[in-house]
Amino acid sequence: MPTTSANLAERLSSVIDATRVRSDAATLSEYAVDDVTPSVMVKPASAAEAAEIVRFAIAEKLAVIPVGSRSKLGIGMPPARYDIAMDMTAMNQIAHYDPGDLTLSVDAGLTLAQLNSALALHRQFLPLLLPFYSVSTIGGAIASGLDSPLRQAYGTARDFLVGAEFIDGAGAQCKSGGRVVKNVTGYDLHKVLIGSLGTLAIITRLNFRTFPLPQASRGFVAAFPGAEGALALRRKIAVSPLSPLTLDVLNPQLAQIFAAQTPSGPEPSIFADVGASGEAASAARASLPLPADWFNPQAWQLCAAFAGSPEVLNRYAGDLDALAHSLPSELRPTSTIFLDDTTRPAIWGRLREALPLLLDSSRAATILRLSALPEAHGTFVEALRQIADRSNVSYALIARATGSIYCALLPGGGDEQIVSQLGETVDAIFTFCARQSATAFMLFAPAPLKRLVSIFGPPRPDLSAMRRVKFAFDPHNVFAPGRMFQ
Amino acid sequence: MNSDFIRELKALLGPTNVLSLPEEMLMYEYDGSIEKAMPEAVVFPSTTQHVSSIVRVANKYDVPIVGRGAGTGLSGGAIPRAGGVMIVFARMNRILSVDYENLRAVVQPGLVNAELTRAVEHAGLYFAPDPSSQKSCTIGGNVSENSGGPHTLAYGVTTNHVTALEMVLPGGEILRIGNPHGEPLGYDLCGLFVGSEGTLALVTEVTVRLCRKPEAVKTLLAIFDSIDDASETVVDITARAITPAACEMMDGWTLRVIEDYVHAGFPMDSAAVILLEVEGLQESVAAQSAAIEEVCLAHHAREVRVARDAHERDLLWKGRKNAFGALGRIAPCNYVLDGVIPRSKLPQTLRRIYEIGKAYDLQIGNIFHAGDGNLHPLVLYDPRTPGKLQAALGAANEIIRYCVEVGGSLTGEHGVGMEKSELMPLIFSDADFALMRRVHDAFNPTASLNPGKIFPMGKGCGEIRVRHTGPHAAPATAGTSSAAVNQSAIPVAPEPAIVKR
Repeated sequence: MPTTSANLAERLSSVIDATRVRSDAATLSEYAVDDVTPSVMVKPASAAEAAEIVRFAIAEKLAVIPVGSRSKLGIGMPPARYDIAMDMTAMNQIAHYDPGDLTLSVDAGLTLAQLNSALALHRQFLPLLLPFYSVSTIGGAIASGLDSPLRQAYGTARDFLVGAEFIDGAGAQCKSGGRVVKNVTGYDLHKVLIGSLGTLAIITRLNFRTFPLPQASRGFVAAFPGAEGALALRRKIAVSPLSPLTLDVLNPQLAQIFAAQTPSGPEPSIFADVGASGEAASAARASLPLPADWFNPQAWQLCAAFAGSPEVLNRYAGDLDALAHSLPSELRPTSTIFLDDTTRPAIWGRLREALPLLLDSSRAATILRLSALPEAHGTFVEALRQIADRSNVSYALIARATGSIYCALLPGGGDEQIVSQLGETVDAIFTFCARQSATAFMLFAPAPLKRLVSIFGPPRPDLSAMRRVKFAFDPHNVFAPGRMFQ
Repeated sequence: MNSDFIRELKALLGPTNVLSLPEEMLMYEYDGSIEKAMPEAVVFPSTTQHVSSIVRVANKYDVPIVGRGAGTGLSGGAIPRAGGVMIVFARMNRILSVDYENLRAVVQPGLVNAELTRAVEHAGLYFAPDPSSQKSCTIGGNVSENSGGPHTLAYGVTTNHVTALEMVLPGGEILRIGNPHGEPLGYDLCGLFVGSEGTLALVTEVTVRLCRKPEAVKTLLAIFDSIDDASETVVDITARAITPAACEMMDGWTLRVIEDYVHAGFPMDSAAVILLEVEGLQESVAAQSAAIEEVCLAHHAREVRVARDAHERDLLWKGRKNAFGALGRIAPCNYVLDGVIPRSKLPQTLRRIYEIGKAYDLQIGNIFHAGDGNLHPLVLYDPRTPGKLQAALGAANEIIRYCVEVGGSLTGEHGVGMEKSELMPLIFSDADFALMRRVHDAFNPTASLNPGKIFPMGKGCGEIRVRHTGPHAAPATAGTSSAAVNQSAIPVAPEPAIVKR
């Protein structure tokens, strides 16, 4: 629709500087969401401009999808309407940073990697080490609702996001929370923005509490012939006095992908040396193939990271070894290894980037996030194996000790038949989860599959409450219509 | 109060579960704040179904509804500002289940906070939010106010520990949100409802996370001869990124009052003390407490004492947690404030608070969660002396304004309620209020639930309700009671939200 696009771009130029509006086909195709292409792309330079554009969209009855680096735009239902892509990457400053208060206020368009590089100068960091880390913007990270392996120690964004500024669906610049670490003044509207997939507001600025970088960190990897041993050791660690930074179990299929692929693009380290000098070095390490002499891609793996003073690190090493040996002999690991800061990023860089690695490994890769209580994971792992076997589809999974299970279905092709088969497989997973009082969310899937199966599975009792929230934030349904629900 | 309304309530709950005589309801006209208002009926439901039915009956008679736990709140959240029926959750106080393996408990809202920890501590578990009132306050109240406490510095406030809620909406429908795991599916509704101060729904069941007790705990008391030195110490501990589990400060005047009452072992001649706790692995506790001691001494601490055993530790905490009781012995009234500031602004803010006290000729004590910048200045006054209440309110107002000026906020853990609603414009713009009002109206469109809270009069919900506090008339006819639902620019909800009367 070149005419409409050009026309729209021209009218938008009355609202925003024409150099920040694009309507050429090549640019627009880069902003496609699922297979829907917008009519125009705008790149506001300020919250006031973003608000102008939203008011324009309301008046013209147009739909706006806010985007950052576009790495996670696959998450969500295919948009029902999509006219304006609002690229937030021109708003990329740290507005306020008080290292002494451990708080900061950052524009939505800055990348996580850039933010953490700035914080590293003060030996601090934001524990949002999410997939697509080196390109992901902070706004996109929040809107996606993804978690990081560090969730085990630091929680999710809802535990350290302390405030936000955003444009609501009336086109007004609003805020919630503040820049202090404890605050109950007004409704916690910023929490609702986490995982909202751009459907409630245009996030312009986010306030966080920051955390001190750990003194030094180590990794522990144990290989097992089956899931039972890995989950048994995970439980032993979880109930011990140890508090690891990450605690994940991987299945052999994921281990194979880890061994076969290296993450694309620069790979900053997970946290140990996020500083400017360490970054390049650890980038090189994370891109290295995993050494075959200690990483067994045929095995189930338990990966734990831990940090602290030399005394604390010694304590962890001793306790982890002892816990592994305390398992019944049939459950004991076949090998264990401790990794230091020079070898650890090779695994932890991949752990963080597991989702993009999985997406790269199959054209129709379909990734679900299951949320279940950790003690039930044995049942889930077995059920997922049976469902995948029945469908004759390869699958990979990560089971976090906090309860999330990422399950990727990795079919060989991407044709229509595969999509309909995937639909049945995903339905079976949803049905199993519902029976177990767990939830499942289809994070990534081919667009035709998302048109076949709701990403949230069967209808939920709280859907009407969700709709009320959407309507309160966005009464004209201007933001990403159809992406959260029809 | 309409006698038909009372009759219906008694038919529903039995006569012993409904109070309506003024002399029976005297203790329900106040909470922990300085506000007062008499309900027109007080009811004690035992089940979620009761709560839903009460709400439906109240709607039929167009009566406002206020939920109440133990009434320990400090911002007037449980004050029936517009009269109406008060739903007291005292009989819904059971622990419904504990999942020791997965660290979850499902509880009723009337359960007393400390009872939960008492019930699970045999397994080495505890519930982390620990407000000073934890021996009487309820989990439902904690959820409504998003309560904190000394140990929330390391472990987070109530919202960080709630994974699912069952609620009754102002139309009487029962809604379950969240899930045992806690990962929101779609919007984070628990994040919205926790801390909504009883203005969106009545909580009838709460699923919470439990925590494992740490291997080692060390409690330190750092004693200072200058309050500036003490506050600089707190700033430096934060800046050096040492993260104690708790970091509480008390000024000399306050701790002398406490010591007289509790005999916790606080030094009577010091200018300030900081009570610190570090937790975790033995190895890390040792290192952290050494680092803290070093910072304290660098800022001229006279002495850093370490509690030798659990008894000494408990005594120090008893002193901290009974502070408000101790202060009650020396002045007829004290007004506890709840400002938050960026932690680096602590020294200048404390100096300003003492200046304000002098200017108003009032004694102001300070005992607070220094580690997270959450101040609790205590303004002592005698309301029988003419002008003193006004002076206390004036001083409080100036202190809170100063907190906002230095980049802080109105309330860290007590809530806005009716105490700080008129100060809200210091933080929020008209656009912010418009959005918050739409969120409020999405669930509570006629402001029948806890009217007159959070929003300043004229900017929010329920102002119409608050004006007619007289006896309520016969059942309202449809469409006559819509406070603040009209906003011409905003279209009508596609799915008309709740109350159909």
